[in-house]
Amino acid sequence: MKISFNINGNTQTVDTDGDTPLLWVIRDVLDLKGTKFGCGKAACGACTIHIDGEAIRSCSYAVKYAEGKNITTIEGLGNKENPHPIQQAWIEEIVPQCGYCQPGFMMASAALIEKNPNPSDQDIDENILNICRCGTYYRMRKAIKKAAEIKSNSIINS
Amino acid sequence: MSTHFINFNRMKSLYSWQSITLLIFIVVLVSFKTISSSNNVDAPNISPESETAFHTMMDVLTHKRCVNCHPNDNIPKQGEDSHAHRFGITRSNGVSATNCNTCHQSSNNNYSGVPGAPEWALAPQSMAWEGLNRYEIARVMMDKSKNGNRTTEDLMHHLTEHELVLWAWDPGIDAEGNARELPPVSKEDYIKAVKKWIDAGAIIPEEK
Ligand code: FES
Ligand code: FES
Repeated sequence: MKISFNINGNTQTVDTDGDTPLLWVIRDVLDLKGTKFGCGKAACGACTIHIDGEAIRSCSYAVKYAEGKNITTIEGLGNKENPHPIQQAWIEEIVPQCGYCQPGFMMASAALIEKNPNPSDQDIDENILNICRCGTYYRMRKAIKKAAEIKSNSIINS
Repeated sequence: MSTHFINFNRMKSLYSWQSITLLIFIVVLVSFKTISSSNNVDAPNISPESETAFHTMMDVLTHKRCVNCHPNDNIPKQGEDSHAHRFGITRSNGVSATNCNTCHQSSNNNYSGVPGAPEWALAPQSMAWEGLNRYEIARVMMDKSKNGNRTTEDLMHHLTEHELVLWAWDPGIDAEGNARELPPVSKEDYIKAVKKWIDAGAIIPEEK
């Protein structure tokens, strides 16, 4: 079946089995390798992207549901010149170790500060349920708080 | 003379004891009747067919495919053993960035083993069924102050037509690829039973 959607600002049409996990389409068809495969069971969060602004685990999302939707992957979150507050804070706090889990964490965290401009430790615990084998959770917690600050300052300044 | 006097007094006191005992008995009887009828107004009128239909319906509604998402502690349950949802999922996640639809979509996902159906969500807190017996669940279900202000007619449609309810007969496979257990009654027999029970007045039988 043909499925059309917008991904990182570009319209794309793919022709595939509608039940194919969106993650496969993103990585193997559209060649956007930033989004990672960890478990394929919606358990680790490595594949987290945004669909219409909501954090979604793309390994458990049939591509047929993407029809007409706006998708953002880590490649579309920000860029070097204009990083997303999450990306900026991640760099400042030197969060990643091996880095494999990080795109998923960053997408989940970006969705969190969008909905909750000042997340507490508990909000972070309840919403960032991804898994990092390197144990960067402590630095991520600091980075999420910093990102929330950067974001609210940029809103005040603009 | 004095003997006669004493006997008369004893008779008098016996007489008042009898009336007091009788009075207490009546009061106890009346209050017991009031309590039992306020607990279950409908109990005496249910027909055997309607009672059978009630139990067929409740065999389904007490199954984990239903109760897992009607928790009493805001923690969804999973699996055949109704364990707490992995990853610390609670109702409070639902108002923020991670919610049911982060992983659950409107159909089962056979790649990941994540179940899905339209409007996948926890039942509201007022509809907590976990830990209740079938009679208590039925009472909660019929109580408009707890059931989302649904009339009996609304409930009939909800119970027999809502895709999320009927998902119980198409629960898909789990993360290991094993088929999830179905309710103990077929979908057709369940729907028939719900309609029969509701048509007969939705009477909740006396608790046994
Ligand atoms: S790969 Fe999707 S949650 Fe692990
Ligand atoms: S940084 Fe290595 S798994 Fe998270």
